[in-house]
Amino acid sequence: MVPFGGWDMPVSYPAGILEEHRTVRTAVGLFDVSHMGEISLSGPRAAEAVQRLVTNAVGKLDDGAAMYTVMCADDGGIVDDCIVYRRAADDYLIVVNASNVVKDRAWMVERAGALATIVDESDATGLIAVQGPRAVALVARLAGRPLGDEVSAFRFARVDVAGIPCLVARTGYTGEDGFELACPEGSTRRLWDALLEAGATDGVRAIGLGARDTLRLEARLSLYGNDIDSTTTPLEAQLGWVVKFDAGDFIGRAALLAQRAEGLKRKLVGFIARGRGIPRHGYPILVEAGGAPVGAVTSGTTAPSLGVAVAMGYVPTALAEPGTMLVVDCRGKPVPVEIVKGPFYRRSASS
Amino acid sequence: MSQDHPANLLYTREHEWARIEGNTATIGITHFAVEQLGDVTQVDLPREGETIRKEDVFGSVESVKAVSDLYAPLSGKVVKVNNPLNDTPQYLNDEPYDDGWLIQIELSNPAETASLMTAAQYAEFLRDQDAH
Repeated sequence: MVPFGGWDMPVSYPAGILEEHRTVRTAVGLFDVSHMGEISLSGPRAAEAVQRLVTNAVGKLDDGAAMYTVMCADDGGIVDDCIVYRRAADDYLIVVNASNVVKDRAWMVERAGALATIVDESDATGLIAVQGPRAVALVARLAGRPLGDEVSAFRFARVDVAGIPCLVARTGYTGEDGFELACPEGSTRRLWDALLEAGATDGVRAIGLGARDTLRLEARLSLYGNDIDSTTTPLEAQLGWVVKFDAGDFIGRAALLAQRAEGLKRKLVGFIARGRGIPRHGYPILVEAGGAPVGAVTSGTTAPSLGVAVAMGYVPTALAEPGTMLVVDCRGKPVPVEIVKGPFYRRSASS
Repeated sequence: MSQDHPANLLYTREHEWARIEGNTATIGITHFAVEQLGDVTQVDLPREGETIRKEDVFGSVESVKAVSDLYAPLSGKVVKVNNPLNDTPQYLNDEPYDDGWLIQIELSNPAETASLMTAAQYAEFLRDQDAH
């Protein structure tokens, strides 16, 4: 064996990735995602500031509503993907990727600092994701009241959970139902322990970054730095649904309009391995074995819920049709892959 | 720690083990390797009859986290392959020294065994690795 190089994040997983993955799909898992960034934009022109920065329609949000979106640069490349929460008409919170907090804040200040007060609340904020079919009931139990109807998908509310003031949002990054709980940083540990204790009868487990990756990939959610970055646009990344051209004159709008008019040269597609081998980040995508690369895998893993390997990558638009068979060069071994539409995994509608 | 590296096996710096019986060697990966890999999902092994050469790649192990090459601890002809690993790769996680063995070879150069580490040497090697 090689000295196990190439691991970006060696994290220990007591239960193992597969067991943690199963726990989230069948019961409930806790993710400490306090490393995520929280940046607020406030003031009378806050909505204008946010709309300047993001591609989705800020005007559609009312108090207590959240939406997924991206921030683009002038050339349409993605600065970050994020969730925007409207706490009040003059107070928005944007949750961004941990690795981008400094860059994002500087970008916001540079491009919208004249319109709003911009504060990095990351250090003061703890964030715990509670995900899985039993997540809503668990949090509701600790809140002492039903939350399922009050806090529907992409809504949030201020709720005391285990006596700790939280911002409870019906969001997540796993393809399961659940909440993300933002709390004062100093209370994070207490909230974590309360969730673990109260969830014991539900089979709750702490979930590491490994399972976080397999869960989000099965749900075909992009990871910034892998599947999307400053060299990719939301249109190429199949995130056109968060680009609302009539929402306002957001940064990158002109470039994205031009790209749409020209037609996309490449698209981010999802594919399933139809042979043995796991397509992983960086492996070349070919039309046929031995051919020249037409793209590269951006994320890939074994999909524990499906029993196959799944991956994403950019390919020329002409090759992006679902059903198209391509080949991924897995360290010299050609592995046939089939492009498929939509998430690899969808939870059953009942939950 | 003795069950982590059984005393009757020989070891490599790439975390393979070999059990020598007469002119054959059974080959696998160590408990330490398996711990580092996490859940194994696929194992690629040579076929019976193929020859492998010491220090060359003879297969690979895919876990959820990563793929790792398997380096031959010794040279020889593959006489047996642990095919059940195709369907049950978790044998590697559960029993790396028993049901998780990988291949058996007929040694072409038994003198090569002198270059492998004993269990005590391997334990020391791991400690040194850890210190860096």
